[in-house]
Amino acid sequence: MAHQQAHEGHHDLESLRLMGFWLFLITDCILFGTLFATYVVLHGNTNGGPTAQELFAMPGVIAETFILLTSSFTSGLAVLSMNQGNRKGLIGWLAVTALLGAYFITLEVTEFVHMVHEGATIGTSAFLSAFYTLVGTHGLHVSIGLCWMIALMIQLSKRGITSVTRRKVNVISLYWHFLDVVWIFVFTIVYLMGVM
Amino acid sequence: MWDSIKKFASEFFVTGDPLIYGADVSIGLTMIAVVAALTYFKKWNWLWTEWLTTVDHKKIGIMYIIASILMLFRGGVDALLMRTQLAVPNMDFLSPEHYNAIFTTHGVIMILFMAMPFMFGLFNLVVPLQIGARDVAFPFLNSLSFWLFFMGAMLFNISFVIGGSPDAGWLSYPPLSEKMFSSGVGQDFYIWGIQISGIGSLMTGINFIVTILKMRAPGMKLMKMPMFSWSVLSSCITIILAFPILTITLALLFIDRYLGAHFFTLDGGGNPMMYINLIWMWGHPEVYIIVLPAFGVFSEIVATFSRKRLFGYKSMVFALMSISAFSFFTWAHHFFTMGSGADVNAFFALTTMAIAIPTGVKVFNWLFTMFRGKISFETPMLWAIAFIPCFVVGGMTGVLLSVAPADFQFHNSYFLIAHFHQVIIGGVVFGFFAGLYYWWPKVFGFTLNEKIGKWAFWFWNAGFYICFMPQYVLGLMGMTRRVNTYGWDTGWWELNFVSTIGAFLMGIGFLFQIWQILHSIKFMQKAPADPWNGRTLEWSIPSPAPMYNFATIPHVEERDAWWEEKQRRAQGEAPKPLPPLEPIHMPKNSGIPIIKSAFWFAAGFGLVFNWLWLAIPGFIGIALSMLAHSFNYDTDYYIPVDEIERTEAAAKGDAR
Amino acid sequence: MAQHTAHDNHDSHESHGSLKSYVIGFVLSLVLTIIPLVVVLNDMVEGTAAMVVLLVTAVLQFVVQLIFFMHLREEQKPRWNLMALILGIFILLTIVIGSIWIMTYNTVAH
Repeated sequence: MAHQQAHEGHHDLESLRLMGFWLFLITDCILFGTLFATYVVLHGNTNGGPTAQELFAMPGVIAETFILLTSSFTSGLAVLSMNQGNRKGLIGWLAVTALLGAYFITLEVTEFVHMVHEGATIGTSAFLSAFYTLVGTHGLHVSIGLCWMIALMIQLSKRGITSVTRRKVNVISLYWHFLDVVWIFVFTIVYLMGVM
Repeated sequence: MWDSIKKFASEFFVTGDPLIYGADVSIGLTMIAVVAALTYFKKWNWLWTEWLTTVDHKKIGIMYIIASILMLFRGGVDALLMRTQLAVPNMDFLSPEHYNAIFTTHGVIMILFMAMPFMFGLFNLVVPLQIGARDVAFPFLNSLSFWLFFMGAMLFNISFVIGGSPDAGWLSYPPLSEKMFSSGVGQDFYIWGIQISGIGSLMTGINFIVTILKMRAPGMKLMKMPMFSWSVLSSCITIILAFPILTITLALLFIDRYLGAHFFTLDGGGNPMMYINLIWMWGHPEVYIIVLPAFGVFSEIVATFSRKRLFGYKSMVFALMSISAFSFFTWAHHFFTMGSGADVNAFFALTTMAIAIPTGVKVFNWLFTMFRGKISFETPMLWAIAFIPCFVVGGMTGVLLSVAPADFQFHNSYFLIAHFHQVIIGGVVFGFFAGLYYWWPKVFGFTLNEKIGKWAFWFWNAGFYICFMPQYVLGLMGMTRRVNTYGWDTGWWELNFVSTIGAFLMGIGFLFQIWQILHSIKFMQKAPADPWNGRTLEWSIPSPAPMYNFATIPHVEERDAWWEEKQRRAQGEAPKPLPPLEPIHMPKNSGIPIIKSAFWFAAGFGLVFNWLWLAIPGFIGIALSMLAHSFNYDTDYYIPVDEIERTEAAAKGDAR
Repeated sequence: MAQHTAHDNHDSHESHGSLKSYVIGFVLSLVLTIIPLVVVLNDMVEGTAAMVVLLVTAVLQFVVQLIFFMHLREEQKPRWNLMALILGIFILLTIVIGSIWIMTYNTVAH
């Protein structure tokens, strides 16, 4: 009786949630936009400390870029597996994505630690304050995404592919693609323009 | 041991001012009284299940309104303290430090903890009813938004008695707000109080955009939607685009203070001007965020009490939406004197003048709606009519301020103070009062005493003009904002004294409003479903609305759907046959929002005092509450048909 | 309440795309990452021209991800997501460009 309705109610609800999440991503865009604006305005204020050219080690950054790009692709493959009803493939690709994300974070933390050891801390100059905050906020987003992905994998293995978990997978893959897009701009504006 | 406790307490609690000791005592007594009353009447369980964990938009709306009226009281007391200090020259009523704290908290509380929640309260109470929906898109998130606002507001407010209030102005410009010049915890209370409630505002914005775009009753095309819902949509779009900027700006200030970064410091390459640039990118849209819904309220009220269709519906929609986009292009007019060059100032002067055009369009629309209407003057309409001249004058003085060269003279003078109070009180506060009076019977199911309401109205209005008109003159005479006292030789005291009288008249107006509510509760008069002969869907259901709002979802074919339906019935047409009742899908209550927000409070409090032992568990608690919600799949239930039938029958019986 | 599996396998209008579109998107992204990298690290163009190359490839890659990964083109009408995105980017550009414009006169200590 109420069952058919339950389907429709749920279905609508899930599409509402997907739209809500898209709007959240727009707010996140603005959030990163503000950080970019701050970085661009302050990036020349090095206060006699190290400049971007002296500081950035490109090999590590290039590796991070390709890792994150690949993880964006694998999160897409996860969605593809889900649409084929392949739960194992879905969880597998999510796991690959999470591992790549974890590797990305490890490289980024290593880079930060290295810079701090060279005496370039967040308190050194306005340039470095803006740099650590912008790149760090992206890293924080990736880390939150990792925890979320693990939670989702547990739910998927317990409950399978339902309208609720399906929406959750769609949402996290959107989030992951979004983080990749942000990184493209971090890579371009902070790193490439920094060493140019 | 005892000495160290005493030392800690002397820094932890604010000491030394009799006003604050008085506040300590009254806060303590009130809390004891509340706890005792709840225990004595055995209401703890009721409070928890019916209110604290509710996801019903109507109850959340009521909680928003109660909180905002409490905040209006606190902000109003701040205002009266300031006016008392300024009543006569060389007054010794408030110390300069205390005065700084009071003008800071007055501004923050009135904008962020009074106007914003009042507005969210109206969103919650009205929008779903008006668009024919059973709830908002994300009821759980809605509850979370409320509790985040509430905890943020509480965090900000306890700074009054614990640790010390912020005192660097309502937007807390650096370098004054940096660690170097404000080393106390007040500034951190400011940051975290606003930050936590800001997250809630952002989520409310998303929630209502999705609600309005996706959950309208079948047949209600966007261009058939009531104007208040349009204004909510435009306000929410502005919220989701502007609030992230605030989040980041305050986060950067906190990083400066906490980690020693150099965004806005004087040394290390920082640039305080960047803060001013960023905060106004949020701050200017923010004033439109709060005033747009007020425009929506006036549109509903003017049409209802003129017994006419709203004049110029399409131009009204266009004006609302263009203001919401345009509001992002005027921010630099708040700092013409910063010295960004003639190009920048010219551009922002022109955009500021241009944004007055859509606002003017709306004023004409309201006037033409009233033109040849059958106007009646109930309290909601009184506030709406008083708004128009007040807002026009406020808007005109705004255009004066937008003339960049002249602004070098007006900047930070009492002329500016008078201007923004006139648009915010005359626009926002009058609008929200009008809205509350208009929808009160629908929300609470009883009517308010009109006579006391009219007394309140006249006290507020007379008080307003007596308070703020002299301030324009004072500004032109050279009185600058935030001065805590002045000498006899300035020639300012007569006007200041008059202004103070006006402020107290508004205070009396507020007391009349409280009396009006209490009086109406005591002599309860049940409200009919449609007390004002309304036009939109919310008046087609019983007062107060049942928890599922609409027993059957209405089909809408035109604007002012309920009015047209009534016209058809008056002409003898039979009401549309109702489809059979079906079980209604509802969200379950949840305790997670209040618990998670309490963890936010703990985390914020910990960061304010740099107590990591409190902040870290706070953040862990936040993460765990999110996970708990994510893993919970049992979130909804159905109301069976017979229960709906019983509720509907009871409401009909009441109406008779 | 949670057993909707049978029904849900055929709700067909949400994000889809094929393996092919994901692979195309991935390859295009790789190419668009390598171009600016080569340009900058080998100093092939300089100054404004280099900035233009960098920004154009970055924006193109953003578009590629939107179309091939986020399936923006598959949205049903009315296209709220697209409208929200355009408005968001518009405001974002206002924030960045406006800040640069306003703050150039105010660059204080270095």
